[in-house]
Amino acid sequence: MSLRTPLGRVLGKGSAGHGAGHWWAQRVTSVALVPLALWFAISLAMLPSLDYVTLSTWMSGTWTAVLLILFVVAVAHHSHAGLQVVVEDYLHGTFAKFASLLGLLFAHLVLAAAAVFAVLRVAFGSVA
Amino acid sequence: MRERPLSPHLSVYRFQYTMALSILHRISGVALSLGLIPLTYWLTAIAAGPSAYDRAASLLASWPAKLCLGGWICAFAYHLAAGVRPLCWDSGFGFERVQARASGRIAVMAALLVALALLWLAFAPHGTSA
Repeated sequence: MSLRTPLGRVLGKGSAGHGAGHWWAQRVTSVALVPLALWFAISLAMLPSLDYVTLSTWMSGTWTAVLLILFVVAVAHHSHAGLQVVVEDYLHGTFAKFASLLGLLFAHLVLAAAAVFAVLRVAFGSVA
Repeated sequence: MRERPLSPHLSVYRFQYTMALSILHRISGVALSLGLIPLTYWLTAIAAGPSAYDRAASLLASWPAKLCLGGWICAFAYHLAAGVRPLCWDSGFGFERVQARASGRIAVMAALLVALALLWLAFAPHGTSA
């Protein structure tokens, strides 16, 4: 059963069918980031020093690498979801809005891919 | 077709401090999003090897960078503490006005505690500050 009014359907307004998906993803990443972000902050702070050897040894641990990747992906997804809502709230010009949304998506994909690649590169020990 | 109302329509409400908490949550979120750039730069610098990492580390040890780090720690603490409230609301708890105001106060205090703890871990002289 559709909850849309007949008028809404004719005007093409209303749910595009993915509103709840965005909302849900934002919640899922929030819940995931509570432990992940705390883990990231605390384990970094607990390292005896932040020199290259200490950090790369830390990053090449299996669990550290896995959790770092999960953290980076969740944080990029969450950041994108949040900034998308900000753009949708404040930018109403069609071009400005869609250009910003596209730019945000690409920027987050680049950042997430670069961060995941960096973690994998250290974890697999292919650093020169 | 008539103009449709666009959210958020803030100007129709009398100011309450819960509104400040809400907008601060959004501002801290945007600030943290910007932090994604140095975070990624820092990770890729580690992946690029010792000399690249040393360059990044000396850049990140400069005082403007430390100021930003302090800001991001505060933003993180607040966004984390205040972010638990919407999760509670989404689960159906804490909607009453008294509860919403109390949880706002609790969130601010929790944020202060988390921020102080993390600032201490990051900046107190016990070998962790790069």
